Amino acid sequence: MSYRCCEGVPGLKFSRRYFLKQGGVAMVGLSAMPAFLQRAVAATPMPNKKQLVVLFQRGAADGLNIVVPFGESNYYRMRPTIAIPQPKRGGADAAVDLDGFFGLHPSLAPLEPLFHKNQLAIVHAAGSPDATRSHFDAQDFMESGTPGLKSTEDGWLNRALEAVPEEDASPFRAVAMGPNLPRMLHGAAPAIALPDLKQFKVMAQAPGTGQIVEGGFEAMYSQTVDHALHGTGTETFEAIDLLRKADPAKYQPENGAQYPTSRLGQSLQQIGQLLKADIGVEVLFVDCGGWDNHVNEGGVQGQLSNLLKDLGQGLAAFHQDMGDRMENVVFVTMSEFGRTAKENGNRGTDHGHANCMFVMGGDVKGGAVYGKWPGLNDHQLNEGRDLALTTDFRSVVGEILVRHIGVRDLNPVFPGFDNNSRKFLGLIKA
Amino acid sequence: MRLQESPASQVNQRIPTISATPRSFLAVILSFACVLSLGIELPASAANPASAKDKKPKNDPALKGLPITELSPDEAILHALNRLAYGPRPGEVERIRQMGLAKWVEQQLNPNSIDDRALDARLADYPTLRMSTAKLIDEYPQPKPAEKQAEKRAQAQAQQEQRRSDAAAEKVARDVQGTQGPVAGGGDGEAVQQNTANAKQEMSDAPALMKQEQPEGNPATKGVGKRDVLGGADPNNVPRAIADDSKRPQRVVAELGMAKVTRAIYSERQLQQVMDDFWFNHFNVFAGKGEDRYYITSYERDVIQPHAFGKFKDLVTATAKSPAMLFYLDNFLSADPRAAQRQAAERAARQQWRRGRFGWPAPPRPVGNPQAKKNERGLNENYGRELMELHTLGVDGGYTQKDVTEVARCFTGWTIEKPRQYADFKFDDRLHDPDAKYVLGKKIHAGGMKDGEQVIDLLVHHPSTARFISTKLARRFVSDNPPPALINRMVETFQSSDGDIKSVLHIMIWSPEFWSRESYRAKIKTPFELVVSAVRALGTDVDTPLPLVQWVGRIGEPLYQCQPPTGYSDKADAWVNTGALLNRLNYSLALAGNKMRGARTDVASLLGVDSSADPKAALDRAVQVFLGGQAGPTTVETLEKQLDNPQVLQAKLDDAHKQVDLGVVAGLVLGAPEFQRH
Repeated sequence: MSYRCCEGVPGLKFSRRYFLKQGGVAMVGLSAMPAFLQRAVAATPMPNKKQLVVLFQRGAADGLNIVVPFGESNYYRMRPTIAIPQPKRGGADAAVDLDGFFGLHPSLAPLEPLFHKNQLAIVHAAGSPDATRSHFDAQDFMESGTPGLKSTEDGWLNRALEAVPEEDASPFRAVAMGPNLPRMLHGAAPAIALPDLKQFKVMAQAPGTGQIVEGGFEAMYSQTVDHALHGTGTETFEAIDLLRKADPAKYQPENGAQYPTSRLGQSLQQIGQLLKADIGVEVLFVDCGGWDNHVNEGGVQGQLSNLLKDLGQGLAAFHQDMGDRMENVVFVTMSEFGRTAKENGNRGTDHGHANCMFVMGGDVKGGAVYGKWPGLNDHQLNEGRDLALTTDFRSVVGEILVRHIGVRDLNPVFPGFDNNSRKFLGLIKA
Repeated sequence: MRLQESPASQVNQRIPTISATPRSFLAVILSFACVLSLGIELPASAANPASAKDKKPKNDPALKGLPITELSPDEAILHALNRLAYGPRPGEVERIRQMGLAKWVEQQLNPNSIDDRALDARLADYPTLRMSTAKLIDEYPQPKPAEKQAEKRAQAQAQQEQRRSDAAAEKVARDVQGTQGPVAGGGDGEAVQQNTANAKQEMSDAPALMKQEQPEGNPATKGVGKRDVLGGADPNNVPRAIADDSKRPQRVVAELGMAKVTRAIYSERQLQQVMDDFWFNHFNVFAGKGEDRYYITSYERDVIQPHAFGKFKDLVTATAKSPAMLFYLDNFLSADPRAAQRQAAERAARQQWRRGRFGWPAPPRPVGNPQAKKNERGLNENYGRELMELHTLGVDGGYTQKDVTEVARCFTGWTIEKPRQYADFKFDDRLHDPDAKYVLGKKIHAGGMKDGEQVIDLLVHHPSTARFISTKLARRFVSDNPPPALINRMVETFQSSDGDIKSVLHIMIWSPEFWSRESYRAKIKTPFELVVSAVRALGTDVDTPLPLVQWVGRIGEPLYQCQPPTGYSDKADAWVNTGALLNRLNYSLALAGNKMRGARTDVASLLGVDSSADPKAALDRAVQVFLGGQAGPTTVETLEKQLDNPQVLQAKLDDAHKQVDLGVVAGLVLGAPEFQRH
């Protein structure tokens, strides 16, 4: 990983790894470096590395009530009790107007300024083309990146990392916020599951033995002749060390950002901390659940509304917290499929097909709802019941990977898919 | 205890100071025996093969009858315990030495010859294990009161909202130029009714499906954050909701996990437990998928366990008929796409006959009714594909996509009766595709259930299956890259014994490759193997295994929660990653430090109380007990340096800290690279 500031110097490669081995982020060992490097290091390092955050809403979020097509009269006929009313002047219990046809669920009001400042784009009628309505199959397909194929063992996000190879990559290059690595990050490229920033360390059980055990393990693994474990062991302790020295937990939310206290809110805050700590994070994954509202999804009020309050506040806080750093970050949301256009008899909806995706960030051409809108009349529905699909999620993510992250060839990332860039929606600045 | 080292490194001889109690006397004898017979045994990648030649078994009676030439007797016994069992318990190596290794192996291959009543007593804590699926569904139902409440609330609000949205719809219709056609009169009502019916059916799915979002199987009590569910910041605590006897559906899967851990630790029929795990993983089913949470208990007890050492064909057939597999791979939904048509035609014919008697014409069926289309079942290829790709032939076994479809057609009709009540296997002929099929070039047209049975027969006798299964077994028991000669031998036996699993295991164990230096300590322990082997090594007394179950998940192998049908990997690279390794270390510290709720570890008596007088002696003892005395030179050296720490030396003066020191020492050894291998 090189800093652009040093690229002009022939024959010199400044690597983060080198820096850490000399003693971490602290200003130790600078005397060994040429003077201009010391100056560069002393200034706040702003790597021009691009970052991607993926938020997976597990359970099939109801896209039609999240980004409301209030211009469709059939929407109101199909959802007599849970439809979101059309925007009214100054009305808090109605859709927040985006472009005269689509509106946000009122609980997502904090995202409206982002939309109108062109930082947030929406893609509607997007998702996976596979017809399955099984949660776990559909999540599997959306994470493996090969809808319909169950034999794929790795995830598209991991393959994307492989597509942009990095020598001396930070152990935190790919991070999943949670106790397990998601399918999306399974694969050859290393990735870390971080349930809690504060708990990524050796946890001595007996008081006062912390140093002994950490030192003992670190020494054993760095010296062992066991090749496979040596590599991982060394990385583990480097990661622990790096995290401890960078101390991401010390970063407080900036610019007045206030994260919700929910699990999602805390995860987003920790993502912010990780990004600020400049430890080489490039790709982050976070998921949230509870979206499977067969019963009592509700309209303006209800289960969905509560989830959206959390999501809206969280995303807005993250954006605020990041400030200028948002230039380098693209944040994308996805869900395994959408929900039925018609409500069921329990103020809820059932498993559907196409959904909406949010794409937020400095590189995003926000302020628009992308994708071809298929309409909600009966004959326009998928299998007579769902929002039809017009944009494959791989086109959306593919564009982000190519234009924001810098992946050159998408074919290994999404094998079997037409990765031609003319299918891109044009929502990322070239 | 460290022994002869390569000349390059420091040589340190140490005699442990152990008081002369009978047990420690025995320990001394053992220690010296080890000094004499063992050298430095490094894993395969080590650079010191010279000392290997010094340890010829020399016709040791303990090894009689087995083709062991490269390992010493203690190594061989350890190897057997590590591969055919979940690692040694204190004193076990000696017990087997007395008995004779071949005899022990033969017993393990015949599990019914082994008395396991002690284990049965422990399993009495888990009543769900003995219950039928019907009873489980009945006694551990989805919470009903919540549903009723939700319904009431929904109805109350519905009317109010109805008025509001009617107004909204009218407004839109007025605002937007009317291009939207009128919705068919009866269509809406029908749609709502259908949706209600579906919603009712799927309502009980809803909580189940929501549980999938927490694949570790933690109870998703509303409003409780994940942190709370894990018992606060302390990973060694367990949530009361699962720990107690409340009859919630989560308890069923929780008991499965607890029983599995208990069996692996305490069963005398160790190879049975290993094979159960192997076959469950091979025929993987995911507990997080809907009704499977109720089906897996019977699956494990009635399908996997009874056939683990029998004929492979019987095992495949049993899984093919199991509600667990039928549900997991969707075959219970699979139907001949023309079945609906056939049934409709029959119905129409019946109606025609009835009405015709009275001269009334039959009402026309609505054309293009979207709801009818939705209810039509079609062919589901999921099981057909996985049966070949994952269960029998293997992904390169020589089948095509066409074969997948044909196999799926053969299995139409293999379904579940009353999936939400008693979930029995049922063959429904109405759903079955009656036409001829061609699988792997062979015509299948026996009719009814025989089509599927013939396919199973065809697949299990295919040479690719013999190879696929033999390779998988060899990978599990010998090494990540098993020698071709061994696999060939196993393939031959598989075929000549008509797929007899015990025979294949026998030939594998009686092969020199099984006991080769290359395969010794060649494999990385899976999370389950690590957790269980550590408990066995420490002689820990476990009365609530749930924290252990959760650790297995944390280290990367949540039990019964493997989503894809491929099951958990059996190769090192799946388990060796940064986060997982850290969790392994923290697990060892917690267990050895006696901080694991529901488990009691007494390292002091295990290592000999006086060992705590000298941390280095304790270290030697720990290496002796947990690593069979075989640790790389760097491991012990580096640990010794750490133990030189004044904090440790100071602490030993205080009695209250005695336990702690040993826990730290034991924890360090259990977290060592050597203990990650088996």
